Amino acid sequence: MPQMNMVQAINDALRIAMRRDRKVVVLGEDVGKVGGVFRVTSGLCEEFGSERVIDTPLTENGIIGAAVGMALYGMVPVPEIQFADFVWPAYEQIVNELSKYRYRSGGEYSAGMVIRMPVGGGIKGGHYHSQHPEAHFVCIPGLKVVVPSNAHDAKGLLLASIEDPDPVIFFEPKRVYRAAKGEVPAGEYTVPLSKAAVARPGRDVTVLTYGAMLYEALDAATRAEKHGVGAEVIDLRTLWPVDIETITESVKKTGRVVVVHEAPRTGGFAAELITLVCEKAFFHLEAPPTRVTGFDTPFPYTLETEYMPLSHRILPALLAAAESG
Amino acid sequence: MRLIDAQAKEEGYPIVRVLRDDGTLDPALDPRLTSDEVVEIYRCLVLTRVLDKRLTALQRQGRIGFHVGSLGEEAAIIGATYAIRETDWIFPCYREFGSALMRGLSLQKFIDNMFGNANDTVKGRQMPDHYTCREKCFGSISSPVGTQITHAMGFAWGAKIDKKDVATLAFFGDGATSTPEFHSALNMAGVFKVPTIFFCRNNGWAISTPTERQTASATFAQKAEAYGVPGVRVDGNDLFAVIAVVRQALERAKCGQGPTLVEALTYRMGGHSTSDDPDRYRESDQLAPWAAMDPVERVRRYLESRGRWNQANEDRLIEEVDSRFKRAVAVAETTEPPSLESMFDDVYGELPWHLVEQREELVRGPRAPKSH
Repeated sequence: MPQMNMVQAINDALRIAMRRDRKVVVLGEDVGKVGGVFRVTSGLCEEFGSERVIDTPLTENGIIGAAVGMALYGMVPVPEIQFADFVWPAYEQIVNELSKYRYRSGGEYSAGMVIRMPVGGGIKGGHYHSQHPEAHFVCIPGLKVVVPSNAHDAKGLLLASIEDPDPVIFFEPKRVYRAAKGEVPAGEYTVPLSKAAVARPGRDVTVLTYGAMLYEALDAATRAEKHGVGAEVIDLRTLWPVDIETITESVKKTGRVVVVHEAPRTGGFAAELITLVCEKAFFHLEAPPTRVTGFDTPFPYTLETEYMPLSHRILPALLAAAESG
Repeated sequence: MRLIDAQAKEEGYPIVRVLRDDGTLDPALDPRLTSDEVVEIYRCLVLTRVLDKRLTALQRQGRIGFHVGSLGEEAAIIGATYAIRETDWIFPCYREFGSALMRGLSLQKFIDNMFGNANDTVKGRQMPDHYTCREKCFGSISSPVGTQITHAMGFAWGAKIDKKDVATLAFFGDGATSTPEFHSALNMAGVFKVPTIFFCRNNGWAISTPTERQTASATFAQKAEAYGVPGVRVDGNDLFAVIAVVRQALERAKCGQGPTLVEALTYRMGGHSTSDDPDRYRESDQLAPWAAMDPVERVRRYLESRGRWNQANEDRLIEEVDSRFKRAVAVAETTEPPSLESMFDDVYGELPWHLVEQREELVRGPRAPKSH
């Protein structure tokens, strides 16, 4: 089986989707000739031409607004927002138009598309190349939100997202774009949306995480084992609609839960996950649920490793959860 | 004569007029409609105007919650709609119900939308005047201003990539020219030669904000120039001029020359909507010059002078509209509201677990007290 990193796996998925359906188009800033600033769309323009792999003007509002129109026509747009930090001019189109179009037209129209965005910190990108804004999207009815953590899932989830009739926000954890290497099957396959993966089984405490922080959680779990604590690490893969069954199964087994995400704490996705755990499995809990997150500050440049919830901050949370109660 | 070309720049942006004060048409620009065609269009103008008045009355009686009308702008809306092909797509603002009806949205469906009942095409999910009609190539309506402009452009762009002969018509007001989408769409349409007709109804007002607060440009048409797109100004109260200009814009779109920005000069004779009170910001004497240019009256005089219309025709038409309207209201008013369960449909292609739970919660839970 071929070895690929996440960049190659996503590229492979796009190529497969574009080969099998000429309605699939890629558009965004620098996605064509240069193949994207992270080279995710490398070679697509050569194979499919500049009509379907479109270098656009610098306008996130226009890219998503145009993609909505293309989707209404019947195309399957896969727009790229160069960095998730730059999505805000398109937020109006995503929240008020894209997510509501089917609903507000009584089901007459739909506007399926996949909006790809590199996301997250750890690349020395400062405020504007590091944010992880999933909380701003999981709360919007009509959107699905996906964050793969590895090459295999990235390809399968992207192909599933492209086939999905709903608009999907597809966050790509750029910190592990090239580091997350693994075996990736050739050809077509999908990883179903709304299905989490148990990345590491354990009996004592459940860790809910996604994207680049999966590796930090796994590292912390390995170190926790030396302290006699068995952590079960769940890679959510799809944030919304989330796989509630896998979460509650695990929490019912361990009775303890720690949520890890890069985004700021207040109003972060951990708040929703912990509430869901309380609603679904409160009487199985043996310790207060906790969260290890970015701080409630803008993402800092020099001190980014102190800001991010890396394994040195996750480990004490796991041990505390295991001892608590 | 070419209405849309580089000449316009040198001449400033002259206002294209076809219907002269003496009731004749400028032969160089005459869109050459038959009298039957003009009668047909005139009936749509009257339908639109009468419905506007009746719906406003219905709102004042508290029977519908809201109406946003097009009093004074009928020729711009109906003319532009008439000028394109039925296979071209319309992306409306919220002020173009006349366009939807002309395209073939049934009066009953329109009135169902005004009541938000179970037969409403949008299932009671939106305010009145937010109908949709996909089967007639008519988009869905959003309240945020300008957001449909990029959709019109993207739709036509998709068709172009798909090698299909489809143009789109985007309706928007002068206020929308200040939104990000106006800029994004004109800019992208210019770069990629997208076959979209950007139709700006310059009606003088964005709620209470006059055009001079919207832009320091002398015209809205000239904004096109910066995008490498032709812009043209037309007398929006001159049905024949609107049709002539939009037809030329469509010709440009069809033969690969890309987009056109049309600025139709007209006037919002009513409030922004039934929730607005224009007396707070507008002197009533501002209406007089526009009333003298009334777009519906001008077509009526044209037809009368040719012996194709008279008071008896007019009375009969209004009677007919009124009777259709009353029937539609009687049906819509007594149609059930949408089912509780329907609130959760169409959010996603398939109902996810959390909406299944929430639907159950709603259905099993207490009912809201009856509102007015």
